[in-house]
Amino acid sequence: MSAPTRTPTLMPANDFHRVIAELVPRGARVLDLGCGDGALLALLRDTRSCTGYGIELDDAKVQGCVTRGVNVIQRNLEEGLSIFDDNSFDVVLQLDTLQHLRNTEAMLRETARIGRIGLVSFPNFAHWPHRFSVLRGRMPVSRTLPYQWYDTPNIRVATFADFEALAGKNGLRITESFGWRGGHKVRLWPNLLASTAVFQFERA
Amino acid sequence: MSLGIVTPATLHFEAPLLLQSGAQLRDYTLAYETYGQLNAERSNAVLVCHALNASHHVAGLHAGPDGQALPKSEGWWDNMIGPGKPLDTNRFFVIGVNNPGSCFGSTGPTHTHPDTGKPYGADFPVVTVEDWVNAQARVLDALGITQLAAVLGGSLGGMQALSWTLQHPERVRHCVAVATAPNLSAQNIAFNEVARRAIVTDPDFHGGHFYEHGVLPRRGLRVARMIGHITYLSDDAMEAKFGRALVGRDIGDAPSYSTQDIEFQVESYLRHQGDKFSDYFDANTYLLITRALDYFDPARTHGGSLSAAMSKALAKFLIISFTTDWRFSPERSREIVKALVDNRHDVSYAEIDAPHGHDAFLLDDPRYHGVVRAYFERIASEVNTLKVTA
Repeated sequence: MSAPTRTPTLMPANDFHRVIAELVPRGARVLDLGCGDGALLALLRDTRSCTGYGIELDDAKVQGCVTRGVNVIQRNLEEGLSIFDDNSFDVVLQLDTLQHLRNTEAMLRETARIGRIGLVSFPNFAHWPHRFSVLRGRMPVSRTLPYQWYDTPNIRVATFADFEALAGKNGLRITESFGWRGGHKVRLWPNLLASTAVFQFERA
Repeated sequence: MSLGIVTPATLHFEAPLLLQSGAQLRDYTLAYETYGQLNAERSNAVLVCHALNASHHVAGLHAGPDGQALPKSEGWWDNMIGPGKPLDTNRFFVIGVNNPGSCFGSTGPTHTHPDTGKPYGADFPVVTVEDWVNAQARVLDALGITQLAAVLGGSLGGMQALSWTLQHPERVRHCVAVATAPNLSAQNIAFNEVARRAIVTDPDFHGGHFYEHGVLPRRGLRVARMIGHITYLSDDAMEAKFGRALVGRDIGDAPSYSTQDIEFQVESYLRHQGDKFSDYFDANTYLLITRALDYFDPARTHGGSLSAAMSKALAKFLIISFTTDWRFSPERSREIVKALVDNRHDVSYAEIDAPHGHDAFLLDDPRYHGVVRAYFERIASEVNTLKVTA
C-alpha cells in the first residue's frame, strides 16, 4: 500500500496521450476509466477545453489527479458505472484498462451506454514478437506485456483483430483504429506490427 | 508544526437570528477562533465546521492562567490544520465557529434566556444545520469575508459544509466534506433517539431545567456517549483495541461472575468515555445537536431529489469517505457524488480504506491527509495566499 503524504512528482503527458487527445473533440465532456494520475485529462483540459471526470482505484494516483486539479472519483471499475446516466458524456476513454477487467464485455457495453464516442487501447497480443514467443512455447514478456503469466494484472489478453470482432458483436461501429508502437502510429498490418491497439467507436 | 497557543474570541449580535423553525435567537454571542492571516484580497479564508461534541477550538493549544499551554488542549483537528499541515495556516486564514446551541462559549441552553432571566435549558429553540450556517455567515460578515476559499467539515460538520454551498452558493469556492451523509438513515436516527431517551429519562434531567435544581443528568449523558462511541468505531477497530480482554485478569482466566462490575476492557473504555463526557458536555446541547442531525435533509424541499437540491451549488467539491465507517458509510458519500455528477459539478471523491470506522476522519491516515493536502495546494494556487515563512 502506497502512503502518499507529500505531493508526488507527476510525469507530464506523453506522445501517446497527444495522439489520443487528437481523437477527442474540442470542448467534449469526457469520462476516463482508469485515468491514472490524470495526465491525459489535464492535457484534454489544457489543450482541448474538455471537462469531465476520471475513475481511478489507486490511492496515490487519485492524489495525483487532485494535485493536477482533475476531477477524479475513486472507485473499482468492477463495481460498475451505474452512477452515470445514459449519454452523459461525449467521450468515454478506456486506455490500457480493458485488459485488467473481469467484465470486459459488460464494461464495453457500459462505455457505449454512457458515451457517444468510445476510445479504447490495450496491448496487442498478436504483435509479432509475442507470436514468436508463443511459437517458442513461452508466454510473451515485452514492454507492453511486461509481466510473467503468473503475476500479470492483464487477466484478458486480446489481439487487434479480436477487438474488431467483439465490437461487431456488441453493435459498435469502429470509426478509427490504428496500432501504436515505439511512439508512432502503425497503419500497415497493425495486428502483426503494433504492440498496442487503439480503437475509436460509436454505437452503430 | 503546531500553531502554539491560540486565543478564542467572541462576537455579540443584537439583530435576531431567524431560525428555520420560525423561532428567533435574540441577543446572542458566538465564540470563534482564527488562525493564519487574511490576505489583502480577503480570498484565502477557510471555514471549518465542527461536529457533535467539538467546538471553535479547531487547532492549536489553549493557555492556562499562567500563560503556559495547557496539557492536552490541542484543538480537535490539530493534526489537519496548522503551519505546514494539510490545511496550511501559512497560506490560509482558518476560522472555527462554535455553533449556537452548543456548550463551549456560544449562546446555548446553559446561557440566560433574555426573557426570563433564567437559563434557557429545554427552552432553547431547536436549531438546524441551516441555522448554524446562517450564524456562521454572520461571523464572516463581521470579519469582512464575502467569499470563502473553502468550507471544510467532517461528519455533522460535513453536512454544514454541504449546506453552505446551497444556502450561500456564491460565497463558497470549494467544499470539502468528509465522512458525511446527505441525511441520516433510519438507523442513524434510531441511535440518536436511544441517546436522547437515556438523557431525558434520567431523573436528574428535570425536563431540561436541571440547572435550577443544581444537578446534572450525568447518567443519561454517560449512556448517550457510550452509544455514540460504539457507532464511531468499526467492529474490527474495537476487536483490535479490546478483543475479549478482561480488566485485571488475563485472557483465559475465569471471569468474576458479576453482572454489574466492569468485566471486559471494552466496558471499562466505554464507561471512561461516558464519565469524561458527562463532565464537560451539556445534556440539552446533546439533544439539540442530535436533532439537528436528524433534520438535515437538503433533498426534502426538492421532492426527495438530492440532485435537484445540489443544482444550486456553484462550488467545487472534494468528498471523502472511509471504507469501515458504518455510521456514515461510503454509500452515503457516493449519493452525494452522484448528485454532483448529475449536475456536472466539479467533484473529486476519495474512498480511504482505513480500518478505524467513523473516527478515521479525525485521525491522520497518510492517504487521507495526502488528498486533503493536494486539494488545498490546488486551492492555494488559485488564490493569492500569503506564503509566510515561519
